[in-house]
Amino acid sequence: MRLLRVLLLCAPCLAASHAARAAPDEPAKRLDPAVLAGLAAEDSAEKIEAIRALAIQAGPGAVPVLQALADDRLQVAGGRVLVADGEALRDAATGAILPAPPDGAEAVTINNRVRRALEGTLSALRVFDPDRTVRLAAATSLASSVTPELLPLLDEALAAERDGAVREPLALARAQVLLRSDDRAARLDAVRALGEGATRNVRALLTAAAADEPDPEVRAAAARSLGAVERRLLLADVVNSVFSGLSLGSILLLAALGLAITYGIMGVINMAHGELLMVGAYAGYAVQTFFRRSFPAAQDVYVLAAIPVAFAAAFTVGVLMERLVIRHLYRRPLESLLATWGLSLVLIQTARAVFGAQNVQVANPSWMSGGVSVLPSAVLPWNRIAIVCFSAGVLLVTWLLLQKTRLGMFVRAVTQNRAMAGCVGVPTGRVDSLAFGLGAGIAGLGGLALAQIGNVGPDMGQLYVVDSFMVVVLGGVGQLAGAVLAALGLGVAAKFLEGATGAVVAKILVLAFIVIFIQKRPQGLFALKGRAVEG
Amino acid sequence: MTARSSLLLPLFRATPRAGWWAVAAAAALAFVVLPALHLLVAPGHPLHVSDHVVTVAGKIACYATVAVALDLVWGYAGILSLGHGLFFALGGYAFGMYLMRSIGRDGVYQSDLPDFMVFLDWKELPWFWHGTDHAAWAVALAVLVPGLVAFVFGWFAFRSRIRGVYFSIITQALTYAAMLLFFRNDTGFGGNNGFTDFKRIFGFPIAAPGTRVALFAASVAVLLGTLVLCRWLVTSPFGGVLRAVRDGEPRLRCLGYEPLWFKLGVWTLSAVLCGVAGALYVPQVGIINPSEMSTAASIEIAIWVAVGGRGTLVGAVLGAVLVNLAKSWFTKAMPELWLFFLGFLFVAVTLFLPGGLVGLLRSRRPRRPTPASVAAPASPDGPAEEVTA
Repeated sequence: MRLLRVLLLCAPCLAASHAARAAPDEPAKRLDPAVLAGLAAEDSAEKIEAIRALAIQAGPGAVPVLQALADDRLQVAGGRVLVADGEALRDAATGAILPAPPDGAEAVTINNRVRRALEGTLSALRVFDPDRTVRLAAATSLASSVTPELLPLLDEALAAERDGAVREPLALARAQVLLRSDDRAARLDAVRALGEGATRNVRALLTAAAADEPDPEVRAAAARSLGAVERRLLLADVVNSVFSGLSLGSILLLAALGLAITYGIMGVINMAHGELLMVGAYAGYAVQTFFRRSFPAAQDVYVLAAIPVAFAAAFTVGVLMERLVIRHLYRRPLESLLATWGLSLVLIQTARAVFGAQNVQVANPSWMSGGVSVLPSAVLPWNRIAIVCFSAGVLLVTWLLLQKTRLGMFVRAVTQNRAMAGCVGVPTGRVDSLAFGLGAGIAGLGGLALAQIGNVGPDMGQLYVVDSFMVVVLGGVGQLAGAVLAALGLGVAAKFLEGATGAVVAKILVLAFIVIFIQKRPQGLFALKGRAVEG
Repeated sequence: MTARSSLLLPLFRATPRAGWWAVAAAAALAFVVLPALHLLVAPGHPLHVSDHVVTVAGKIACYATVAVALDLVWGYAGILSLGHGLFFALGGYAFGMYLMRSIGRDGVYQSDLPDFMVFLDWKELPWFWHGTDHAAWAVALAVLVPGLVAFVFGWFAFRSRIRGVYFSIITQALTYAAMLLFFRNDTGFGGNNGFTDFKRIFGFPIAAPGTRVALFAASVAVLLGTLVLCRWLVTSPFGGVLRAVRDGEPRLRCLGYEPLWFKLGVWTLSAVLCGVAGALYVPQVGIINPSEMSTAASIEIAIWVAVGGRGTLVGAVLGAVLVNLAKSWFTKAMPELWLFFLGFLFVAVTLFLPGGLVGLLRSRRPRRPTPASVAAPASPDGPAEEVTA
């Protein structure tokens, strides 16, 4: 995946470097000495005026001079503006190196007000930068904060720009300026161009245009463009919600998968299950710390090394829990709730004692930062994509383990009928331990995944345990298909409701839905046929 | 309890003579000895009982009431609720509304509205705050709201025969959802700060020694009343049906009983008792906030009952008192060890002490038949396997 991304990133960069403009060391055209003189003016307002004028006149050619001003390398001698370039001095207007330093050269100083204006102008000028990423960032920021006097700059940038992705925000910025022009045709063009946009700023602009525009034709065009933008925004919202729902759901799935196995096989609800997530997350943190200390060069692969560690840590804790406590409570489900709750308190307090009460930072490896942009305002972050893929992988392995191996067959047999399985020679005690460990290990993997997008702290498991119970309740016990459907469904539903009602109300609505759902189907979405209904 | 003596008589008979002696002793201690030691003995005197002790004792009496209420549903009817903190907090919030209103204009902002509403820039009271300046309505709310919530929730849950761990998990989700709801500022109950800074109750200053003692005495009175009421219930035929629900609900159904109404009745009663305890708790501790509805707070109630011994009313009280005394001591002396202790307590009690402390005492000492236990074989103290099967 990493190699692919490198290739993908490189291709447009290579293309862009051909399109890049002349190196900024050699000004493409001479700068106007009259404007340059303004940079050395006493008055701040005059200086700012000169900075803007220079940027608009010379475009990228103004960058070296303005950068020199920002770096306090600009000097003035007898009305001539000079740029200190290392030891040498250049004439700012021509770029020629002066043979000898003139007498009485004084440094040009600027105050904070000028510096702010200068930085704004310099960042606008970055749309001429040879690096595509810098240009894209500059163009995107221009599209959200453009001012009318930048219009010539935008025109020039658009004329030079070949990359479609950078052209788009530039065109939007230009349209925003034109929207305020007095020329009807210009406004009409602007409104049509804005119809290509897909951001909330564009929507606000078009809403204003559709309401305030004096000319009916332009108004109608604005309304059409507004419709197009709104459709695009809606689509982006839906994509974002579905995707963040899927990634939330896949974490719930990892949390609930283990719970479904242990509840299915032993009828024990493990209240300490959330703490097994925490164990996995802290295992990831420990591996990360180890890599930072011992192999700083290989930091990015710590996640891969953390996968077996997180599984093993949670597996060990799970087997210990089963052997020491849960084993003795098989026929007392209500009491096992209390005992496992006690275990969760002990685990939380142990984590506090070992790692401290504060949250710890688990960093994304560099290949997980950033995201894929599927639509202009819908970016799918790599870390969430990785989590979805990872959950799918774990699910597949679990399914294979349960369906295709001898251990899996034993687990299924004990789930269906413990006494009968024991009679035909299944070592139920050992199967219990292994199944519990397996469920715990999967939860540990879930914790590792969670660490990539959320906080890692002693209490983190408590947040997810109620949710994962709900997945088990909704999906039915001991059923992978039910757990998958319930987890993804709950995740997506929660994210959609969140958009509409806010996070807290969404959570309450989901819980209320589950309580009502249980009324209709007390056995969950997928009930095992032939299970004893009542005991 | 203004009924005729013919109605009170079975109530009286339900409790054995030793039990009545214990009730009388507790009443004397709470209504005479402790108030006298607090109010009449000078603060420097070794026999003086401090403010702090009175408040902690009153608080624990409220907790004990909640424990008895939970024991009624868990120990006798086999319904483990992990959401009883919700009913407790609802009662507390209902009475807290009255306490907030009786602050009047003495708050920080000197407004008729409670401080947090001024802070949120609300101009008038939300509809559900109307009438809460009357103490009687607030008390009625403290009874009605938990009762109604429990009734509706219980009706849905019991009707579709949600039982065992499923029911426990759903009650946990219920209190969790309520906590999230009460954490919001928009819900109208002060968000995560809840209610605090109370000034007076029924016109008396809330921190005065006399008020303190009166609240403590009221808490003990409610606890004793709850004990007598529950004792009567569990020794009546109604209690017999409850135990049948616990030990074999399908069989009970086959015998022609509809367990729904028995379960719903005892469930709602339990919630109401919690609400009353919550209403008494809030003026004593001076604060109510959504953390009372956290899942951890609710599950702690269950451990009080388990430590003392479920299925015995005395056990519930004993457990609540001991665990809370331990908590007070630990959180002062070594706060970082409290969760370890509590965690191991959960594990140890369920593994080694299924009958709780009362069960331990009974197994040590062969039971002497008392008149009451011959008439009505009450408190089940059999092995736990039967209790939760």
